[in-house]
This record gives sequence, C-alpha cells and structure tokens, in this order.
Amino acid sequence: MSFLSYLIRGISLGSVYSIIALGYTMVYGIAKMLNFAHGDIIMIGGYVIFTIMSTIGLPPFVAVLVGIVLCTLLGVTIERIAYKPLRSASSLAVLITAIGVSYFLQNFALLIFGADAKSFTSVIKLSPLELAGGKLTISGETLVTIPLCIIIMVFLSVFVKKTKVGRGMIAVSENKEAAILMGVNVNRTIAITFAIGSALAAVASALMFSAYPALSTTSGAMPGIKAFVAAVFGGIGSIPGAMIGGILLGIIEILSRAYISSQLADAIVFLVLILVLLVKPTGILGKKIQEKV
Amino acid sequence: MSMLSVKNLGISFGGLRAVDSVSINIEKGELYGLIGPNGAGKTTIFNLLTGVYKPDTGIIELDGKNITGKSTMDINNEGIARTFQNIRLFKNMSVLDNVKVGLHNQYKYPTFAGILRLPSYFKTEKAMNEKAIEILKVFDLDEEKDIMAANLPYGKQRKLEIARALGTNPKLLLLDEPAAGMNPKETDELMDTIRLIRNKFNVTILLIEHDMKLVSGICEKIFVLNFGTKLANGEPKEVLNNPEVIKAYLGE
Repeated sequence: MSFLSYLIRGISLGSVYSIIALGYTMVYGIAKMLNFAHGDIIMIGGYVIFTIMSTIGLPPFVAVLVGIVLCTLLGVTIERIAYKPLRSASSLAVLITAIGVSYFLQNFALLIFGADAKSFTSVIKLSPLELAGGKLTISGETLVTIPLCIIIMVFLSVFVKKTKVGRGMIAVSENKEAAILMGVNVNRTIAITFAIGSALAAVASALMFSAYPALSTTSGAMPGIKAFVAAVFGGIGSIPGAMIGGILLGIIEILSRAYISSQLADAIVFLVLILVLLVKPTGILGKKIQEKV
Repeated sequence: MSMLSVKNLGISFGGLRAVDSVSINIEKGELYGLIGPNGAGKTTIFNLLTGVYKPDTGIIELDGKNITGKSTMDINNEGIARTFQNIRLFKNMSVLDNVKVGLHNQYKYPTFAGILRLPSYFKTEKAMNEKAIEILKVFDLDEEKDIMAANLPYGKQRKLEIARALGTNPKLLLLDEPAAGMNPKETDELMDTIRLIRNKFNVTILLIEHDMKLVSGICEKIFVLNFGTKLANGEPKEVLNNPEVIKAYLGE
C-alpha cells in the first residue's frame, strides 16, 4: 500500500513538472531557445500568490488569478526586453542571457521579499481522501494537481492543433522563413508562446508551493531545472513528451527518495538525464533532426 | 500602371555585387520569366522582392505603392507571395493546414475566442476550411487534405507550395523553379496549372526557371540575368535568339 501511495505522490509531483516542462518545451519548439529563467518565474509567481494571500489576506482564488496575470506579463516583458533583440544572435548568446535573467529575477526577489524563507499557505482547501480504511491517503493537493494537469495538456494540444495562433506556432517552429513569407507574425507568435508558458508557470507555482511550502528566492531554480530535464527526457519541443517526461521524472524522484536515499534522489534524476542523452538523445517522443543536404 | 515596378535594384554581399541596377516592369496579369545561368542572382532578386534581403539601391513598387525596405511579413500582406527552389512546406502539418497557414492574415478572430472556443472561432475556422479546400481543388489536392505534407509525392508537394502561396491572396506570385526535379509529363501539367491559376486567381506571375520548354511555352516576357545585371529583356522569341543570351548559356 505504501508503494501505491508513493506512486500517486510521484504522479502528482510529476504533473507539476509536466506543467513547468510545457513552458520550456513550447518556447524551445517555437523560439528555438532554452529559457532558463522559466523556473524563476515560478518563484516570482509563488511570492505574488503568497503576498496577496498571506499579507493582504485576499482569498486564494484571487491570489492565483493575479499570480497568473502578473507572471504572464513578466514572461512577455522578459521576452520583449531580453530575448527579442537577440532574435538573430547565436544561440549561445541567448542562452547566456537567459541565465542572466534568471539571476536577475532571483536577486530582484531577494531585494523585495527578503532572504528569509516564507512558509506558503496551501491554496487548496480540499480535505484529503482516505481509501482502503485509512491505509491510503491522497492529499487535497494531489486530488487537484493530477486532473488539472490532464486538463491543461488536452486543452493545450487542442489549442495548438486547432486554432489559427496554434497553426502559426507550428508553422514558425517548422520553418520560420517560410512562415514569415506566408505572412505569419513571428514576433507575435513568440510573444504568445511566452505568455502561455508563463501563465502555466504561475499555475505550477500555486500547485507546487501548496504541496511543498518552503518558499525562498531560489526555490524556483531546482524545479525549473528538473522540468527542463523532463522536457529533454520526453523529447524537447513535443507537448505530449513534456507530459510523459514530467510524470516519469516525478515518479522516479519520489520512488528513489522512498526506497534508495532521499539525499541521492536529485542525483538520480540527473543521472536519468545523462542516460537518456546517451541512449536516445532526442528523448522519448523527440523527432529525429534531419540534416540539411 | 505596372503591377510591379523595379528601378535600379542592387545589393552587394561583401565585395560581390550580386544584383546591379536591375529594372523590371511587370504589367497586371502578365506571366513573366526570369532566367539566367547558375549564380546569376535570380533567387537573390526574389529575396529582395520579398524583403528577405534589403536592397542597397533601388526602388520596388507594387501596384504603385513603394514597398522598398519593408519587412517580409508586411510585403506579404501587401500582396507578394512566393514558393521556394527547395521545397519548404510545413512537413509535419496536414495538406489542409499548410494552406490554412497561408490564409493566416485574411481571417481574423481574437486569440481568446480560440482559447474559449467561442462561436466566432468555429465560424471563422469553418470559412477557412472551405476556402482552403476550394484552393486545393484547383490543384486536385482536396482528396489528400488530411495527409501530412511530407508524405505527398514530390510533384504534389510542389503544387501544394503554390497552393499555400495562393492562400495569402497575392497580387504577385513568385515561383522559384517550379519545375525543378519534375519529369516532362509533370512539367506539362504544371504549365497548365500555372496558366489556370493566373486566370482563376487573377494574379501576376514572375517565375524563375531553367526548363526552356516551360519558359518559352508559357512566359509572355522574359528577363535574362547574367552576373547580376540585365542581359536581355523582351518577348521569348527575340530573347532566346539573342546571340548574347546564347553565349551566356552555352559559352562561345
């Protein structure tokens, strides 16, 4: 029974990774860049929700909504100021800029919110579900996280496949030059991608900090990196890949924490990345990169 | 007034003058051929016309409007569409979706209508589907609308590229070697298709081609480019019999 309980916790954590990984994978698929500041948007989202809920005292629903709006604006602003001028620069320059933005956000948060860790109050007020006569308990956070993750995935897949903006996204990701020549506004498409990714980061931060309440200025970085691993694991650029990668990674992390060593759990997660890169560099659902002839 | 009026167009890449003082006038509805030996600068001219490169000198006017130096996207909105020498379809999208990307700017609904799936979303998407299928029918591709573009045979991929370009509702259509890699039968079909779309979609066409049968068969005027400059310009018969042109193509 304890295995089942670990498994469910793993899926729950993995769902959060999936939602974060979506932001990575969509931005990579469309703008061909790794937005290493993505994890720090989660952290900012956490602080915004925390401030509104605990300091101002508004209901969690309002706090999450404001968090989503502010994170969306933050993501679009970062893209506009830091990444857009580098659209034709080498990918290394963009990567280093992203790391710079990441450190900027961390220190900016340090300046505003202070160095002491905050204890996040859960936004989910659902009571835990007890199964099998109290032997298996599923927390309220888990009960919300897993279905929400599935809804987001389905919704996003349909959005990308079936709408005009979504088609523009696929077109830009497949062939930017041809897309421009067909009249697709690439800058707008990339901005929308950042907006969606950042809004999802805010959702992820509400779910994650509800389950793991320690909130500090660096607490977005580690989940961000792990979500990146999940995106690579599943095949970067692929939306279902982000979901599969995220959930597998969550399960691996929780199970190794439970059965192997809680100190080695993170190391095992990164070991998985190394193994995946060695065996199948394009990830589980990644597409083979075609060489141009 | 000409549909396309190019005056004194030029661009250099480093020390190489790739295109130098080229002037072309194309009348509305004309089928114009752009020919020349390899490396003459034909595709560079296409890239200048579509704003992929910005010209160093010269003026480009489309339908009387100066479009020199505008962005590629804006130029597409003004009414220039193109196909590519090496096919650049969106390979992992369906045939229908490829054309619908071409329709991107003519149909509008707010993004939130797409997110919330409001009636305006369904209405616009339906109209887009109908328009796209109408275009595909012209190319006999409507039966294959749900196939991935990458899985189409080569000749049909070429046709789909033209269909996608027509989706942007262009005034001027630029075709970069439409017959490249086609067998003689496919080329004959292509010639019929090009004539058909000129009449049906009311577009002016400028095409680059090496297949002289196609060029002399359908082009009403020909511009010959050599080392980035004009070698000859005029009716196919006189141009193709011009000793200078024959020399450039066949050597002394």
